[in-house]
Amino acid sequence: MKSLSAALYALGLIAASASFGAPASAEDTIKIGEINSYSGLPAFTEPYRKGWQLALDEINAAGGVDGKKLEVISKDDGGKPAEAVTAANELVSRDGVVMLAGTFFSNIGLAVSDFAKQKKILFLAAEPLTDAITWSKGNRYTFRLRPANYEQAGMLAEEAAKLPAKKWATIAPNYEYGQSAVAAFKKLLSAKRQDVQWIGEQWPPQGKIDAGAVVEAIAKTEPDAILNVEFGPDLVKLVREGETRGLFKGRSVVSFLTGEPEYLDPLKDETPVGWIVTGYPWNDVSIPEHAAFLKAYQAKYNDYPRLGSVVGYSTLKAAAAILAKAKSTDSEKLVDAAEGIEVETPFGKVTFRKADHQSTLGAFVGKTALKDGKGVMVDAEYRDGAKYLPPEDEVKALRPQD
Amino acid sequence: MVYPPPLCGGGRYAIVTFFLVQFVTGLASASSLFLAACGLSIIFGVTRVVNFAHGAFYMLGAYLAFTLASRLAGDVGFWAGIILASLAVAAIGALIEMALLRRLYSAPELLQLLATFGVTLAVEDIALLIWGPEDLLGPRAPGFKGAVNLLGQAFPTYDLLLIALGPLVLALLWLLFRRTRWGVLVRAATLDREMVAALGVNQKWLFTSVFALGVFLAALGGALELPREAVSHTLDLQIITEVLVVVVIGGLGNVLGTFLAAIIVAELNAFGILIFPKISIVLVFLVMALVLIVRPWGLLGRAEAAARMAGGASLARWRPFDKRGRLLAALAVAAAALFPFFAGDYALSVATEVLIFMLYAASLHALVGAGGLVSFGHAAYFGLGAYGASLALKQLGLPMEAALVAGPVLGFAGALLFGWFSVRLSGVYFAMLTLAFAQIAWSIAFQWSEVTGGDNGLIGVWPSAWAESPAHFYWLALALAALAIALLRVIVFSPFGYALRALRDSELRAEAIGLDRHRLQWIGFAVAGAFAALAGALFAFLKGSVFPDTLGIPLSIDGLVMVLLGGVGTVSGGALGALLYKTLSIWVISETDYSKLVLGLLIVALVALFPQGLLGAVQAWRGRDARLQGATP
Repeated sequence: MKSLSAALYALGLIAASASFGAPASAEDTIKIGEINSYSGLPAFTEPYRKGWQLALDEINAAGGVDGKKLEVISKDDGGKPAEAVTAANELVSRDGVVMLAGTFFSNIGLAVSDFAKQKKILFLAAEPLTDAITWSKGNRYTFRLRPANYEQAGMLAEEAAKLPAKKWATIAPNYEYGQSAVAAFKKLLSAKRQDVQWIGEQWPPQGKIDAGAVVEAIAKTEPDAILNVEFGPDLVKLVREGETRGLFKGRSVVSFLTGEPEYLDPLKDETPVGWIVTGYPWNDVSIPEHAAFLKAYQAKYNDYPRLGSVVGYSTLKAAAAILAKAKSTDSEKLVDAAEGIEVETPFGKVTFRKADHQSTLGAFVGKTALKDGKGVMVDAEYRDGAKYLPPEDEVKALRPQD
Repeated sequence: MVYPPPLCGGGRYAIVTFFLVQFVTGLASASSLFLAACGLSIIFGVTRVVNFAHGAFYMLGAYLAFTLASRLAGDVGFWAGIILASLAVAAIGALIEMALLRRLYSAPELLQLLATFGVTLAVEDIALLIWGPEDLLGPRAPGFKGAVNLLGQAFPTYDLLLIALGPLVLALLWLLFRRTRWGVLVRAATLDREMVAALGVNQKWLFTSVFALGVFLAALGGALELPREAVSHTLDLQIITEVLVVVVIGGLGNVLGTFLAAIIVAELNAFGILIFPKISIVLVFLVMALVLIVRPWGLLGRAEAAARMAGGASLARWRPFDKRGRLLAALAVAAAALFPFFAGDYALSVATEVLIFMLYAASLHALVGAGGLVSFGHAAYFGLGAYGASLALKQLGLPMEAALVAGPVLGFAGALLFGWFSVRLSGVYFAMLTLAFAQIAWSIAFQWSEVTGGDNGLIGVWPSAWAESPAHFYWLALALAALAIALLRVIVFSPFGYALRALRDSELRAEAIGLDRHRLQWIGFAVAGAFAALAGALFAFLKGSVFPDTLGIPLSIDGLVMVLLGGVGTVSGGALGALLYKTLSIWVISETDYSKLVLGLLIVALVALFPQGLLGAVQAWRGRDARLQGATP
């Protein structure tokens, strides 16, 4: 009677093979594989998806690439690196895509970049912020669009150095992103200002901040200024507790990413005022290329773009530019074409640097403010990413030499 | 709003003030933790259901309160919204209890865990569909928006309200349980369900009402967080482990214990972060591990009445394969070995992953089925295997072949260490201690960046050249998985396996004939861990990387889902469950963005239709068939 189980396994394996069989491939399209955490982080990835879909429509309306239509096959990674690798495998082995793009979380970006290296296929990392993806764990096949942690830290440290504050405390989520953001900011600010002291730090676990206790613990150290790396629901709790308990009163706050609509909008009328932030003031951008993007985006979706929309849009534009320049779908030729390529984005022209495969896309630095019961970014100024990256000859030493 | 001057200098008075304020802040967190957790304790105490959906109800409470409190304007509207939301969720909970859980009370224990897990998955996507992806910031509580001056420090008035609400709810529950007839019946059912049923009490409605009360409290806990935090569709998983832990520390079913545990955890956190700013991530699990090692039933808990067995005493006798069975098993493996000749690379990598999870599930199944030891932390050993193999390759420079040995060795060592403490407990406490150890292992992998790479993991873990092609790696995985699963079966049918099963079925009698429970179960635990670690090591090479989530709670739960789907009362149902679950989930994730909804509903349907698991259902059906024909099965 137990023999039945054995037969069932065999049946199951055969059934499994049927649903994962080989696909048909059409020669008149070029396929790009795209992976992101659609089910895990919809608030971020939906605007991103709308962004690349807009770019895809524009590219194909203009005749595609080399007369071929561009097709994007999009997969969800469920927020897990292992599933992202499964999806990447499916896209490359079964669907026959010529390159991979996307990802949000740093660890997923790294997992896919290593897969790309192993399978020798170009990977255009869209959103991961970790410095490792282009530096300590960089590889020939991986390029990254969004400004890295180090660049955001550089932009903020530049502003922080202008403040009179000497005693600083930090609050950051307890994982690699928070740790490297704090480390880079400390290093860059201390280099500009020898008189700065780091007197307190708090590392609540992501998603589980005990905000009242954290606020009191920081207040106890009596800092002149605070660096914040919290985001999402944790940021909301921190802001509510901090405002009620008077933590931010009379103190400067410098905060990573808080000016991005994804993080700013949920704060509504409780947006803290006067924080120095990096972000994207979508309705106050004077870059000419942005006007066209904004118009097209609003016409198509009847919604305003988030930063993710710009990233998604630019990612696909970059992919198309690389394909057009390479005039081939061979991985090696694509990589050669991508090194040093110039791409049009809503923030102007950016370059993917040859030395570390990092794009020079920048970010806006400004202050948070309240307007009509909503959080906005004011005095925002675009900072070119190129200015905040180490010179190309220096980054060579940061990358593995293989 | 009151803004007192900041603390001046480090005078003694200022320090005392600070500690007092920090203590009161901790009390507010404790209250909100207690409000979230007490319902879970009540439900478990009476129905023995580990209600995994507690977090989902908490989240629904918060979402509904957001909608209602925003719609019903005004001061009264806010509070009415909170209450109405909690009542509405309680009604939903009662419906789920009647439609789903009622069918499962006589099924193997923990099946309810699987059912409520399915509900959680589905609710998460349903919340997403109704309320959208963005975090929602609810209104602040009318009359409790500002701060009061507490010893010269600004202190939120809403926190004061919470500090009052926690004990108030505790007192009301005490009155309800001590001073009403319903409460007497509930307490009687907590002590001895069978006796209460024998006395003619309608257990069905008792259970439904208790479940509804527990869900009401969960939703209330969520709704009361509205003025403190944003509502998001990840609230459920954020809260569920924490409340489970608090309930277990306090002693299951003991509401006062839950209250004490909440205070201990919150205060340790409030003061712990002053000395160790990174402690929060692991603190509750450290506390739980320590408490359970010292007090095996939690702070105020009592020894559990003998629970229904996880394994299937009620099901068919276990038999090793007969000749025909062995032949068919060999044929199945041979058929599987032919797979690379007609499958593409992607199908092969999926099949390899399925094989790996079949091994993982089989190892857990041996522990749960034959050993009767339900581990909530089996992923720890899968993860240790993955990290052991990766570190051997990356740090020690060993080849893949040696790394595939190093992984299981590390997993075995970890299981020996954690198992020694764990097997001294039993039932849910055993499960929770294994969970605590798994979380501790997870936080080590997460924090120890220099060695493990932290959450950025270890990458570049690819197989040796000869095994690099998907077909070769598939054969390698097939060979190892088939051998290991066969070996697990041999162990189950060895004298050692019989001894484990004897301890599972009757600990007292087994010990009376001289079986050393602690030692035998300890070895069983470690062996199961080593097999899980082999699966983990293979997994690392399949993915080329390893991340802390290989040690995480979701993977432990996945393992249980596979075992229960296959049929915990069978010998090797787990492997079949893994085949089904993993294939389905990979396919569903690939095809839709609402994979959780699909998987969740599917799990609920399977549990409702086949409470004995798929293989269990087939066996039961064949057994009945055989009996009808008058033959012995």
